[in-house]
Amino acid sequence: MSDRGRDVTKPASIFKQKSPSRPGLPSFWLLLAPLLIVMIAIVAYPFMQTIILSFTDAKLLSGFSKSHWIGFENYGFALTDPDFLAALKRTLYFTATSVGFEAVLGIGVGLLLNQEFYGRTFCRALLVLPWALPTIVNALMWRLIYHPDFGGLNAALTQPGLMENYRSWLGEESSAMNAIIVADVWKNYPIVALIVLAALQNAPKELYEAAKLEGANAWACFKVVTWPAIVAPLGVALVLRSIEALKVFDIIFVMTRGGPASSTKTISFFVYQESFGFNRVGSGASYALITVLVAMVFVGFYVRMLKQSGAQS
Amino acid sequence: MKRGLFATIAVYAGVVLFLTVTLVPILWMVLISVSASSELTVKPLHFIPSHIDWSHYASLLSFEVNGPGHAFILALRNTLATALTATAISLCVAIPAGWAFSRSNGRFDGLLYIVLATYMMPAVALLLPLYLLLASLGLLNSITGLILVYCSVLTPFVTWFVKSAFDGVPEEIEHAALIDGVSYFQLIRHISLPLAKSGIATAALFAILLAWDEFFYALLFTATSDAKTLSVTIADFAGGRATDFGLIAAAGLLTALPPVLIAVVLQRALVSGLTAGGVKG
Repeated sequence: MSDRGRDVTKPASIFKQKSPSRPGLPSFWLLLAPLLIVMIAIVAYPFMQTIILSFTDAKLLSGFSKSHWIGFENYGFALTDPDFLAALKRTLYFTATSVGFEAVLGIGVGLLLNQEFYGRTFCRALLVLPWALPTIVNALMWRLIYHPDFGGLNAALTQPGLMENYRSWLGEESSAMNAIIVADVWKNYPIVALIVLAALQNAPKELYEAAKLEGANAWACFKVVTWPAIVAPLGVALVLRSIEALKVFDIIFVMTRGGPASSTKTISFFVYQESFGFNRVGSGASYALITVLVAMVFVGFYVRMLKQSGAQS
Repeated sequence: MKRGLFATIAVYAGVVLFLTVTLVPILWMVLISVSASSELTVKPLHFIPSHIDWSHYASLLSFEVNGPGHAFILALRNTLATALTATAISLCVAIPAGWAFSRSNGRFDGLLYIVLATYMMPAVALLLPLYLLLASLGLLNSITGLILVYCSVLTPFVTWFVKSAFDGVPEEIEHAALIDGVSYFQLIRHISLPLAKSGIATAALFAILLAWDEFFYALLFTATSDAKTLSVTIADFAGGRATDFGLIAAAGLLTALPPVLIAVVLQRALVSGLTAGGVKG
Protein backbone atom coordinates (compact mmCIF):
# COMPACT_ATOMS: atom_id res chain seq x y z
CA MET A 1 0.00 0.00 0.00
CA SER A 2 2.81 2.34 0.87
CA ASP A 3 4.98 1.58 -2.10
CA ARG A 4 3.24 3.17 -5.02
CA GLY A 5 6.05 2.75 -7.51
CA ARG A 6 5.98 -1.02 -7.40
CA ASP A 7 2.29 -1.57 -7.91
CA VAL A 8 1.43 1.24 -10.22
CA THR A 9 1.40 -0.71 -13.47
CA LYS A 10 -0.72 -3.56 -12.23
CA PRO A 11 -3.83 -1.72 -10.99
CA ALA A 12 -3.57 0.68 -13.87
CA SER A 13 -4.01 -2.16 -16.32
CA ILE A 14 -7.02 -3.42 -14.41
CA PHE A 15 -8.48 0.06 -14.38
CA LYS A 16 -8.27 0.27 -18.11
CA GLN A 17 -10.84 -2.46 -18.39
CA LYS A 18 -13.01 -1.09 -15.62
CA SER A 19 -13.27 2.49 -14.47
CA PRO A 20 -11.31 2.70 -11.20
CA SER A 21 -13.89 3.88 -8.74
CA ARG A 22 -16.57 1.78 -10.38
CA PRO A 23 -16.61 -1.51 -8.61
CA GLY A 24 -17.85 -4.70 -10.23
CA LEU A 25 -21.42 -5.87 -9.94
CA PRO A 26 -21.05 -7.94 -6.74
CA SER A 27 -19.68 -4.95 -4.83
CA PHE A 28 -22.48 -2.78 -6.12
CA TRP A 29 -25.15 -5.12 -4.89
CA LEU A 30 -23.38 -5.32 -1.53
CA LEU A 31 -23.46 -1.52 -1.19
CA LEU A 32 -27.09 -1.40 -2.26
CA ALA A 33 -28.13 -4.30 -0.02
CA PRO A 34 -29.12 -2.27 3.09
CA LEU A 35 -31.26 0.04 0.97
CA LEU A 36 -32.89 -2.88 -0.81
CA ILE A 37 -33.67 -4.58 2.50
CA VAL A 38 -35.27 -1.41 3.89
CA MET A 39 -37.17 -0.73 0.67
CA ILE A 40 -38.51 -4.27 0.44
CA ALA A 41 -39.38 -4.60 4.13
CA ILE A 42 -41.12 -1.28 4.78
CA VAL A 43 -42.05 -0.06 1.31
CA ALA A 44 -42.47 -2.74 -1.35
CA TYR A 45 -43.94 -5.45 0.89
CA PRO A 46 -46.48 -3.14 2.58
CA PHE A 47 -47.41 -1.74 -0.81
CA MET A 48 -48.14 -5.26 -2.10
CA GLN A 49 -50.26 -5.82 0.98
CA THR A 50 -52.23 -2.66 0.29
CA ILE A 51 -52.97 -4.00 -3.18
CA ILE A 52 -54.11 -7.35 -1.77
CA LEU A 53 -56.16 -5.67 0.99
CA SER A 54 -58.00 -3.61 -1.60
CA PHE A 55 -59.51 -6.82 -3.02
CA THR A 56 -60.78 -8.01 0.37
CA ASP A 57 -63.37 -7.08 2.97
CA ALA A 58 -60.74 -6.90 5.75
CA LYS A 59 -61.58 -5.10 8.99
CA LEU A 60 -59.13 -3.02 11.00
CA LEU A 61 -58.81 -5.14 14.12
CA SER A 62 -58.78 -8.58 12.53
CA GLY A 63 -56.54 -7.55 9.65
CA PHE A 64 -55.93 -10.27 7.10
CA SER A 65 -57.00 -13.18 9.28
CA LYS A 66 -60.78 -13.03 8.82
CA SER A 67 -60.96 -11.38 5.43
CA HIS A 68 -62.48 -12.65 2.20
CA TRP A 69 -61.47 -12.09 -1.38
CA ILE A 70 -64.16 -9.98 -3.00
CA GLY A 71 -62.56 -9.06 -6.30
CA PHE A 72 -63.15 -5.58 -7.64
CA GLU A 73 -66.13 -4.89 -5.38
CA ASN A 74 -64.31 -2.17 -3.38
CA TYR A 75 -63.26 -0.40 -6.55
CA GLY A 76 -66.72 -0.68 -8.03
CA PHE A 77 -68.11 0.80 -4.85
CA ALA A 78 -65.55 3.60 -4.71
CA LEU A 79 -65.94 4.65 -8.32
CA THR A 80 -69.73 4.75 -8.16
CA ASP A 81 -69.86 6.44 -4.75
CA PRO A 82 -70.96 10.04 -5.39
CA ASP A 83 -69.34 11.13 -2.10
CA PHE A 84 -65.97 9.79 -3.14
CA LEU A 85 -66.24 11.26 -6.63
CA ALA A 86 -67.13 14.59 -5.05
CA ALA A 87 -64.03 14.29 -2.85
CA LEU A 88 -61.93 13.50 -5.91
CA LYS A 89 -63.27 16.60 -7.65
CA ARG A 90 -62.63 18.65 -4.52
CA THR A 91 -59.05 17.39 -4.33
CA LEU A 92 -58.44 18.33 -7.96
CA TYR A 93 -59.98 21.75 -7.31
CA PHE A 94 -57.72 22.24 -4.29
CA THR A 95 -54.66 21.15 -6.29
CA ALA A 96 -55.37 23.21 -9.40
CA THR A 97 -56.31 26.36 -7.48
CA SER A 98 -53.54 26.35 -4.92
CA VAL A 99 -50.82 25.36 -7.40
CA GLY A 100 -52.17 27.94 -9.87
CA PHE A 101 -51.92 30.75 -7.32
CA GLU A 102 -48.53 29.49 -6.19
CA ALA A 103 -47.32 29.74 -9.79
CA VAL A 104 -48.57 33.30 -10.25
CA LEU A 105 -47.31 34.54 -6.88
CA GLY A 106 -44.09 32.57 -7.22
CA ILE A 107 -43.27 34.21 -10.54
CA GLY A 108 -44.35 37.65 -9.32
CA VAL A 109 -42.39 37.58 -6.07
CA GLY A 110 -39.43 35.90 -7.78
CA LEU A 111 -39.29 38.76 -10.30
CA LEU A 112 -39.75 41.35 -7.56
CA LEU A 113 -36.92 40.03 -5.39
CA ASN A 114 -34.68 39.94 -8.46
CA GLN A 115 -34.95 43.76 -8.72
CA GLU A 116 -32.53 46.02 -6.93
CA PHE A 117 -33.91 47.75 -3.83
CA TYR A 118 -32.94 48.49 -0.24
CA GLY A 119 -33.45 45.50 2.03
CA ARG A 120 -33.34 42.91 -0.74
CA THR A 121 -31.18 40.48 1.22
CA PHE A 122 -33.55 40.70 4.17
CA CYS A 123 -36.59 40.09 1.95
CA ARG A 124 -34.96 37.06 0.35
CA ALA A 125 -34.19 35.59 3.76
CA LEU A 126 -37.74 36.31 4.86
CA LEU A 127 -39.13 34.39 1.90
CA VAL A 128 -38.07 31.12 3.49
CA LEU A 129 -40.00 31.81 6.71
CA PRO A 130 -43.53 30.69 5.69
CA TRP A 131 -42.10 27.62 3.98
CA ALA A 132 -40.20 26.64 7.12
CA LEU A 133 -43.22 26.83 9.43
CA PRO A 134 -44.36 23.26 10.10
CA THR A 135 -47.62 22.48 8.28
CA ILE A 136 -49.49 22.01 11.54
CA VAL A 137 -48.25 25.31 12.95
CA ASN A 138 -49.34 27.07 9.76
CA ALA A 139 -52.75 25.43 10.01
CA LEU A 140 -53.13 26.51 13.65
CA MET A 141 -52.06 30.04 12.83
CA TRP A 142 -54.68 30.40 10.10
CA ARG A 143 -57.30 28.80 12.31
CA LEU A 144 -56.67 31.58 14.80
CA ILE A 145 -56.80 34.18 12.03
CA TYR A 146 -60.12 32.82 10.73
CA HIS A 147 -61.67 32.32 14.18
CA PRO A 148 -65.35 33.34 13.99
CA ASP A 149 -65.37 35.31 17.26
CA PHE A 150 -61.83 36.32 18.15
CA GLY A 151 -59.96 35.89 14.87
CA GLY A 152 -57.71 38.53 13.42
CA LEU A 153 -59.32 38.57 9.99
CA ASN A 154 -62.80 39.46 11.22
CA ALA A 155 -61.38 42.16 13.46
CA ALA A 156 -59.14 43.54 10.73
CA LEU A 157 -62.03 43.72 8.24
CA THR A 158 -64.74 45.09 10.51
CA GLN A 159 -62.76 47.66 12.53
CA PRO A 160 -62.00 49.90 9.51
CA GLY A 161 -65.51 49.20 8.19
CA LEU A 162 -64.61 46.95 5.26
CA MET A 163 -67.13 44.35 6.42
CA GLU A 164 -70.39 44.66 8.39
CA ASN A 165 -70.61 41.45 10.41
CA TYR A 166 -68.25 38.76 11.59
CA ARG A 167 -68.09 35.70 9.37
CA SER A 168 -67.31 32.09 10.19
CA TRP A 169 -64.75 31.63 7.44
CA LEU A 170 -64.13 27.96 8.14
CA GLY A 171 -67.70 27.23 9.24
CA GLU A 172 -69.45 28.13 6.00
CA GLU A 173 -69.50 25.73 3.08
CA SER A 174 -69.02 28.54 0.60
CA SER A 175 -65.77 29.84 2.05
CA ALA A 176 -64.10 26.96 3.97
CA MET A 177 -62.20 25.39 1.07
CA ASN A 178 -60.99 28.71 -0.30
CA ALA A 179 -59.92 29.81 3.17
CA ILE A 180 -57.78 26.67 3.42
CA ILE A 181 -56.36 27.33 -0.05
CA VAL A 182 -55.25 30.81 1.05
CA ALA A 183 -53.45 29.29 4.05
CA ASP A 184 -51.82 26.64 1.87
CA VAL A 185 -50.72 29.14 -0.78
CA TRP A 186 -49.27 31.46 1.85
CA LYS A 187 -47.03 28.68 3.13
CA ASN A 188 -46.08 27.07 -0.16
CA TYR A 189 -45.70 29.79 -2.80
CA PRO A 190 -42.27 30.82 -1.36
CA ILE A 191 -40.66 27.62 -2.57
CA VAL A 192 -41.84 28.38 -6.11
CA ALA A 193 -40.58 31.97 -5.76
CA LEU A 194 -37.19 30.75 -4.50
CA ILE A 195 -36.83 28.44 -7.48
CA VAL A 196 -37.86 31.19 -9.93
CA LEU A 197 -35.42 33.59 -8.26
CA ALA A 198 -32.56 31.11 -8.57
CA ALA A 199 -33.38 30.58 -12.26
CA LEU A 200 -33.47 34.34 -12.86
CA GLN A 201 -30.04 34.75 -11.31
CA ASN A 202 -28.72 32.21 -13.80
CA ALA A 203 -30.35 33.95 -16.78
CA PRO A 204 -27.80 35.52 -19.13
CA LYS A 205 -27.58 39.28 -18.43
CA GLU A 206 -26.24 40.07 -21.92
CA LEU A 207 -29.53 38.97 -23.43
CA TYR A 208 -31.39 41.65 -21.46
CA GLU A 209 -28.95 44.29 -22.65
CA ALA A 210 -29.28 43.07 -26.22
CA ALA A 211 -33.08 43.09 -25.99
CA LYS A 212 -32.99 46.64 -24.58
CA LEU A 213 -30.80 47.81 -27.45
CA GLU A 214 -33.26 46.33 -29.88
CA GLY A 215 -35.86 48.52 -28.23
CA ALA A 216 -37.87 45.67 -26.74
CA ASN A 217 -40.48 46.65 -24.15
CA ALA A 218 -40.81 44.99 -20.76
CA TRP A 219 -43.30 42.38 -21.95
CA ALA A 220 -41.13 41.39 -24.91
CA CYS A 221 -38.12 41.11 -22.59
CA PHE A 222 -40.11 38.83 -20.32
CA LYS A 223 -41.29 36.64 -23.19
CA VAL A 224 -37.97 36.28 -24.97
CA VAL A 225 -35.44 36.30 -22.13
CA THR A 226 -37.06 35.72 -18.73
CA TRP A 227 -39.64 33.08 -19.53
CA PRO A 228 -37.26 30.67 -21.31
CA ALA A 229 -34.89 30.94 -18.33
CA ILE A 230 -37.48 30.06 -15.69
CA VAL A 231 -39.85 27.70 -17.48
CA ALA A 232 -38.01 24.41 -16.84
CA PRO A 233 -37.32 24.82 -13.11
CA LEU A 234 -40.79 26.32 -12.67
CA GLY A 235 -42.27 23.21 -14.28
CA VAL A 236 -40.41 20.94 -11.87
CA ALA A 237 -41.51 23.05 -8.90
CA LEU A 238 -45.16 23.01 -9.94
CA VAL A 239 -45.22 19.26 -10.52
CA LEU A 240 -43.68 18.74 -7.07
CA ARG A 241 -46.27 21.04 -5.53
CA SER A 242 -49.08 19.21 -7.35
CA ILE A 243 -47.94 15.87 -5.92
CA GLU A 244 -47.93 17.39 -2.43
CA ALA A 245 -51.32 19.06 -2.94
CA LEU A 246 -53.00 15.87 -4.17
CA LYS A 247 -52.24 14.12 -0.89
CA VAL A 248 -53.31 17.06 1.27
CA PHE A 249 -54.46 16.00 4.72
CA ASP A 250 -52.67 17.71 7.63
CA ILE A 251 -53.76 21.30 7.04
CA ILE A 252 -57.38 20.28 6.48
CA PHE A 253 -57.43 17.98 9.48
CA VAL A 254 -56.38 20.82 11.76
CA MET A 255 -58.44 23.57 10.16
CA THR A 256 -61.81 21.90 9.49
CA ARG A 257 -61.58 18.10 9.87
CA GLY A 258 -63.18 17.86 6.43
CA GLY A 259 -66.22 19.96 7.35
CA PRO A 260 -68.51 21.77 7.23
CA ALA A 261 -70.82 19.22 5.60
CA SER A 262 -67.87 17.47 3.92
CA SER A 263 -67.07 20.60 1.92
CA THR A 264 -63.33 20.25 2.56
CA LYS A 265 -63.09 16.45 2.61
CA THR A 266 -60.34 15.33 0.22
CA ILE A 267 -59.48 11.82 -0.96
CA SER A 268 -56.86 11.29 1.76
CA PHE A 269 -59.66 11.93 4.24
CA PHE A 270 -61.69 9.12 2.72
CA VAL A 271 -58.86 6.66 3.29
CA TYR A 272 -58.50 7.86 6.86
CA GLN A 273 -62.20 7.75 7.62
CA GLU A 274 -62.98 4.46 5.87
CA SER A 275 -60.05 2.68 7.55
CA PHE A 276 -59.92 4.20 11.01
CA GLY A 277 -63.41 5.64 11.41
CA PHE A 278 -65.45 2.77 9.96
CA ASN A 279 -62.73 0.11 10.33
CA ARG A 280 -63.19 -1.01 6.71
CA VAL A 281 -59.53 -1.54 5.87
CA GLY A 282 -60.17 -3.34 2.59
CA SER A 283 -62.31 -0.57 1.21
CA GLY A 284 -59.87 2.03 2.62
CA ALA A 285 -57.05 0.35 0.73
CA SER A 286 -58.91 0.70 -2.56
CA TYR A 287 -59.37 4.44 -1.88
CA ALA A 288 -55.65 4.62 -1.07
CA LEU A 289 -54.65 3.00 -4.35
CA ILE A 290 -56.89 5.29 -6.38
CA THR A 291 -55.13 8.20 -4.64
CA VAL A 292 -51.74 6.69 -5.48
CA LEU A 293 -52.74 6.25 -9.10
CA VAL A 294 -53.70 9.91 -9.45
CA ALA A 295 -50.46 11.01 -7.76
CA MET A 296 -48.36 8.67 -9.89
CA VAL A 297 -49.43 10.44 -13.08
CA PHE A 298 -47.68 13.53 -11.73
CA VAL A 299 -44.71 11.54 -10.41
CA GLY A 300 -44.30 10.22 -13.96
CA PHE A 301 -44.17 13.80 -15.27
CA TYR A 302 -41.62 14.71 -12.61
CA VAL A 303 -39.28 11.80 -13.36
CA ARG A 304 -39.49 12.56 -17.08
CA MET A 305 -38.62 16.22 -16.51
CA LEU A 306 -35.66 15.28 -14.30
CA LYS A 307 -34.39 12.81 -16.88
CA GLN A 308 -34.64 15.44 -19.61
CA SER A 309 -32.78 18.08 -17.61
CA GLY A 310 -30.20 15.44 -16.66
CA ALA A 311 -29.69 14.59 -20.32
CA GLN A 312 -29.21 18.23 -21.25
CA SER A 313 -26.41 18.87 -18.77
CA MET B 1 -30.10 48.37 -14.36
CA LYS B 2 -31.57 51.86 -14.71
CA ARG B 3 -35.17 52.26 -13.71
CA GLY B 4 -37.71 55.01 -14.18
CA LEU B 5 -39.39 56.72 -11.25
CA PHE B 6 -42.65 54.92 -11.88
CA ALA B 7 -40.94 51.52 -11.93
CA THR B 8 -39.11 52.32 -8.70
CA ILE B 9 -42.36 53.24 -6.97
CA ALA B 10 -43.94 50.02 -8.27
CA VAL B 11 -41.05 47.93 -6.93
CA TYR B 12 -41.22 49.49 -3.47
CA ALA B 13 -45.00 49.14 -3.39
CA GLY B 14 -44.53 45.46 -4.22
CA VAL B 15 -41.94 45.09 -1.47
CA VAL B 16 -44.23 46.69 1.12
CA LEU B 17 -47.05 44.36 0.08
CA PHE B 18 -44.73 41.35 0.25
CA LEU B 19 -43.48 42.31 3.73
CA THR B 20 -47.03 42.88 4.99
CA VAL B 21 -48.42 39.61 3.72
CA THR B 22 -45.44 37.62 4.99
CA LEU B 23 -44.96 39.24 8.38
CA VAL B 24 -48.42 40.21 9.61
CA PRO B 25 -49.76 36.67 10.24
CA ILE B 26 -46.58 35.64 12.06
CA LEU B 27 -46.31 38.85 14.08
CA TRP B 28 -49.93 38.52 15.12
CA MET B 29 -49.23 34.98 16.34
CA VAL B 30 -46.26 36.32 18.32
CA LEU B 31 -48.52 38.99 19.86
CA ILE B 32 -51.14 36.39 20.80
CA SER B 33 -48.49 34.25 22.44
CA VAL B 34 -47.50 37.08 24.80
CA SER B 35 -51.01 38.32 25.54
CA ALA B 36 -52.88 37.47 28.71
CA SER B 37 -55.62 34.91 27.97
CA SER B 38 -58.35 37.27 29.13
CA GLU B 39 -57.32 39.86 26.54
CA LEU B 40 -57.75 37.43 23.66
CA THR B 41 -61.45 36.85 24.11
CA VAL B 42 -62.83 40.35 23.99
CA LYS B 43 -64.82 42.03 21.25
CA PRO B 44 -63.71 44.12 19.51
CA LEU B 45 -60.33 42.45 19.43
CA HIS B 46 -57.27 44.41 20.52
CA PHE B 47 -54.32 43.55 18.36
CA ILE B 48 -51.71 45.03 20.69
CA PRO B 49 -51.69 43.56 24.21
CA SER B 50 -51.74 46.03 27.11
CA HIS B 51 -48.77 44.26 28.70
CA ILE B 52 -46.38 41.43 27.83
CA ASP B 53 -47.43 38.18 29.48
CA TRP B 54 -44.97 35.29 29.36
CA SER B 55 -47.23 32.87 31.23
CA HIS B 56 -48.00 30.72 28.16
CA TYR B 57 -44.33 30.06 27.54
CA ALA B 58 -43.77 29.49 31.25
CA SER B 59 -46.52 26.89 31.45
CA LEU B 60 -45.27 25.12 28.31
CA LEU B 61 -41.76 24.85 29.66
CA SER B 62 -42.66 23.71 33.18
CA PHE B 63 -42.89 20.00 33.77
CA GLU B 64 -46.01 20.07 35.92
CA VAL B 65 -47.86 16.74 35.83
CA ASN B 66 -50.99 16.88 33.62
CA GLY B 67 -50.29 20.47 32.70
CA PRO B 68 -49.74 21.55 29.09
CA GLY B 69 -46.00 21.68 29.72
CA HIS B 70 -45.95 17.99 30.58
CA ALA B 71 -47.48 17.01 27.24
CA PHE B 72 -45.37 19.53 25.35
CA ILE B 73 -42.00 18.54 26.79
CA LEU B 74 -42.67 14.81 26.36
CA ALA B 75 -43.74 15.50 22.76
CA LEU B 76 -40.55 17.45 22.19
CA ARG B 77 -38.58 14.47 23.49
CA ASN B 78 -40.50 12.07 21.23
CA THR B 79 -40.07 14.29 18.17
CA LEU B 80 -36.34 14.71 18.76
CA ALA B 81 -35.86 10.97 19.35
CA THR B 82 -37.79 9.88 16.25
CA ALA B 83 -36.43 12.57 13.93
CA LEU B 84 -32.79 12.09 14.93
CA THR B 85 -32.80 8.29 15.08
CA ALA B 86 -34.71 7.84 11.83
CA THR B 87 -32.34 10.30 10.14
CA ALA B 88 -29.28 8.45 11.47
CA ILE B 89 -30.58 5.06 10.29
CA SER B 90 -31.48 6.49 6.90
CA LEU B 91 -27.99 7.95 6.49
CA CYS B 92 -26.36 4.59 7.30
CA VAL B 93 -28.44 2.97 4.59
CA ALA B 94 -28.25 5.83 2.09
CA ILE B 95 -24.50 6.48 2.15
CA PRO B 96 -23.33 3.18 0.62
CA ALA B 97 -26.35 3.08 -1.69
CA GLY B 98 -25.95 6.72 -2.75
CA TRP B 99 -22.29 6.13 -3.54
CA ALA B 100 -23.11 3.04 -5.58
CA PHE B 101 -25.79 4.94 -7.55
CA SER B 102 -23.38 7.79 -8.16
CA ARG B 103 -20.55 5.56 -9.41
CA SER B 104 -22.60 3.08 -11.41
CA ASN B 105 -22.73 5.34 -14.44
CA GLY B 106 -26.46 5.03 -14.88
CA ARG B 107 -26.55 1.26 -14.65
CA PHE B 108 -29.02 1.34 -11.75
CA ASP B 109 -31.03 4.34 -12.92
CA GLY B 110 -34.21 2.27 -13.04
CA LEU B 111 -33.83 1.43 -9.37
CA LEU B 112 -32.91 5.02 -8.55
CA TYR B 113 -36.10 6.36 -10.09
CA ILE B 114 -38.14 3.74 -8.25
CA VAL B 115 -36.55 5.03 -5.04
CA LEU B 116 -37.53 8.58 -6.00
CA ALA B 117 -41.08 7.59 -6.91
CA THR B 118 -41.35 5.88 -3.51
CA TYR B 119 -40.59 9.13 -1.76
CA MET B 120 -43.30 10.86 -3.80
CA MET B 121 -45.89 8.19 -3.04
CA PRO B 122 -48.75 9.31 -0.77
CA ALA B 123 -48.49 7.96 2.77
CA VAL B 124 -51.90 6.31 2.41
CA ALA B 125 -50.33 3.74 0.07
CA LEU B 126 -48.47 2.10 2.96
CA LEU B 127 -50.61 3.24 5.86
CA LEU B 128 -52.73 0.16 6.50
CA PRO B 129 -50.10 -2.60 6.21
CA LEU B 130 -47.70 -0.53 8.33
CA TYR B 131 -50.44 -0.18 10.93
CA LEU B 132 -51.07 -3.94 10.90
CA LEU B 133 -47.31 -4.59 11.03
CA LEU B 134 -46.80 -2.34 14.06
CA ALA B 135 -49.85 -3.83 15.75
CA SER B 136 -48.53 -7.37 15.27
CA LEU B 137 -45.10 -6.37 16.62
CA GLY B 138 -46.65 -4.55 19.59
CA LEU B 139 -45.06 -1.31 18.41
CA LEU B 140 -48.15 0.89 18.10
CA ASN B 141 -47.82 3.99 20.26
CA SER B 142 -44.05 3.56 20.63
CA ILE B 143 -41.11 5.67 19.51
CA THR B 144 -39.48 2.57 18.01
CA GLY B 145 -42.49 1.89 15.82
CA LEU B 146 -42.60 5.47 14.63
CA ILE B 147 -38.87 5.41 13.82
CA LEU B 148 -39.40 2.30 11.72
CA VAL B 149 -42.22 3.96 9.80
CA TYR B 150 -40.31 7.21 9.32
CA CYS B 151 -37.44 5.26 7.75
CA SER B 152 -39.80 4.36 4.91
CA VAL B 153 -40.16 8.09 4.18
CA LEU B 154 -36.64 9.31 4.94
CA THR B 155 -34.50 6.58 3.37
CA PRO B 156 -35.57 7.14 -0.27
CA PHE B 157 -35.33 10.90 0.21
CA VAL B 158 -31.87 10.82 1.81
CA THR B 159 -30.56 8.33 -0.78
CA TRP B 160 -31.50 10.73 -3.56
CA PHE B 161 -29.69 13.64 -1.88
CA VAL B 162 -26.61 11.64 -0.92
CA LYS B 163 -26.30 10.41 -4.49
CA SER B 164 -26.17 14.02 -5.70
CA ALA B 165 -23.58 14.85 -3.05
CA PHE B 166 -21.31 12.04 -4.26
CA ASP B 167 -21.84 13.15 -7.86
CA GLY B 168 -19.95 16.28 -6.89
CA VAL B 169 -16.86 14.36 -5.74
CA PRO B 170 -14.37 14.04 -8.61
CA GLU B 171 -13.60 10.43 -9.46
CA GLU B 172 -9.90 11.17 -10.01
CA ILE B 173 -9.37 11.50 -6.25
CA GLU B 174 -10.94 8.09 -5.75
CA HIS B 175 -8.74 6.61 -8.50
CA ALA B 176 -5.64 7.67 -6.63
CA ALA B 177 -6.85 6.03 -3.43
CA LEU B 178 -7.75 2.82 -5.22
CA ILE B 179 -4.28 2.64 -6.72
CA ASP B 180 -3.09 2.59 -3.13
CA GLY B 181 -5.17 -0.54 -2.73
CA VAL B 182 -7.87 0.50 -0.27
CA SER B 183 -11.16 -1.38 -0.18
CA TYR B 184 -14.40 0.22 -1.29
CA PHE B 185 -15.53 0.45 2.30
CA GLN B 186 -12.33 2.30 3.26
CA LEU B 187 -12.62 4.42 0.13
CA ILE B 188 -16.09 5.64 1.07
CA ARG B 189 -15.25 6.02 4.74
CA HIS B 190 -11.99 7.94 4.39
CA ILE B 191 -12.05 9.63 0.98
CA SER B 192 -15.51 10.11 -0.54
CA LEU B 193 -17.45 10.79 2.66
CA PRO B 194 -15.26 13.64 3.95
CA LEU B 195 -15.34 15.23 0.49
CA ALA B 196 -19.13 15.01 0.25
CA LYS B 197 -19.78 15.91 3.87
CA SER B 198 -21.46 19.28 3.33
CA GLY B 199 -23.93 17.75 0.87
CA ILE B 200 -24.61 14.90 3.25
CA ALA B 201 -25.09 17.26 6.18
CA THR B 202 -27.65 19.11 4.08
CA ALA B 203 -29.45 15.84 3.37
CA ALA B 204 -29.51 15.08 7.11
CA LEU B 205 -30.97 18.50 7.96
CA PHE B 206 -33.66 18.10 5.30
CA ALA B 207 -34.50 14.68 6.71
CA ILE B 208 -34.89 16.17 10.20
CA LEU B 209 -37.19 18.86 8.77
CA LEU B 210 -39.27 16.19 7.05
CA ALA B 211 -39.62 14.10 10.21
CA TRP B 212 -40.34 17.18 12.33
CA ASP B 213 -43.21 18.13 10.01
CA GLU B 214 -44.72 14.64 9.72
CA PHE B 215 -48.29 14.37 10.97
CA PHE B 216 -50.30 11.63 9.24
CA TYR B 217 -48.44 8.56 10.52
CA ALA B 218 -47.91 10.09 13.95
CA LEU B 219 -51.61 10.87 14.26
CA LEU B 220 -52.64 7.30 13.51
CA PHE B 221 -49.83 5.31 15.12
CA THR B 222 -49.54 7.09 18.46
CA ALA B 223 -52.07 7.63 21.21
CA THR B 224 -50.43 8.90 24.41
CA SER B 225 -47.54 11.11 25.47
CA ASP B 226 -45.34 7.98 25.41
CA ALA B 227 -44.97 8.48 21.66
CA LYS B 228 -47.04 11.44 20.49
CA THR B 229 -44.96 13.90 18.52
CA LEU B 230 -45.10 17.70 18.62
CA SER B 231 -47.26 18.02 15.51
CA VAL B 232 -49.94 15.73 16.98
CA THR B 233 -49.69 17.30 20.43
CA ILE B 234 -50.14 20.89 19.27
CA ALA B 235 -53.01 19.82 17.03
CA ASP B 236 -54.56 18.36 20.22
CA PHE B 237 -54.12 21.70 22.01
CA ALA B 238 -56.18 23.33 19.29
CA GLY B 239 -58.78 20.57 19.22
CA GLY B 240 -59.48 20.59 22.95
CA ARG B 241 -62.71 22.14 24.17
CA ALA B 242 -61.14 24.71 26.47
CA THR B 243 -58.96 26.35 23.87
CA ASP B 244 -56.44 28.83 25.09
CA PHE B 245 -55.34 30.83 22.04
CA GLY B 246 -52.24 32.16 23.73
CA LEU B 247 -51.10 28.67 24.61
CA ILE B 248 -51.71 27.42 21.06
CA ALA B 249 -49.72 30.30 19.59
CA ALA B 250 -46.83 29.86 22.01
CA ALA B 251 -46.69 26.09 21.42
CA GLY B 252 -46.81 26.64 17.66
CA LEU B 253 -43.99 29.18 17.73
CA LEU B 254 -41.78 26.98 19.91
CA THR B 255 -42.42 24.04 17.56
CA ALA B 256 -41.57 26.20 14.53
CA LEU B 257 -38.32 27.53 15.97
CA PRO B 258 -35.95 24.61 15.16
CA PRO B 259 -37.18 24.11 11.56
CA VAL B 260 -37.02 27.86 10.89
CA LEU B 261 -33.42 27.98 12.11
CA ILE B 262 -32.53 24.95 9.96
CA ALA B 263 -34.24 26.49 6.92
CA VAL B 264 -32.30 29.74 7.24
CA VAL B 265 -29.07 27.72 7.22
CA LEU B 266 -30.28 25.67 4.26
CA GLN B 267 -31.57 28.50 2.09
CA ARG B 268 -29.09 27.99 -0.71
CA ALA B 269 -29.22 24.21 -0.75
CA LEU B 270 -33.01 24.36 -0.70
CA VAL B 271 -33.29 25.51 -4.26
CA SER B 272 -30.63 23.36 -5.86
CA GLY B 273 -31.91 20.33 -3.98
CA LEU B 274 -35.45 20.67 -5.23
CA THR B 275 -34.85 21.47 -8.87
CA ALA B 276 -32.93 19.69 -11.55
CA GLY B 277 -29.70 20.72 -9.81
CA GLY B 278 -30.32 17.79 -7.51
CA VAL B 279 -29.71 15.43 -10.40
CA LYS B 280 -26.85 17.25 -11.96
CA GLY B 281 -24.98 17.49 -8.68
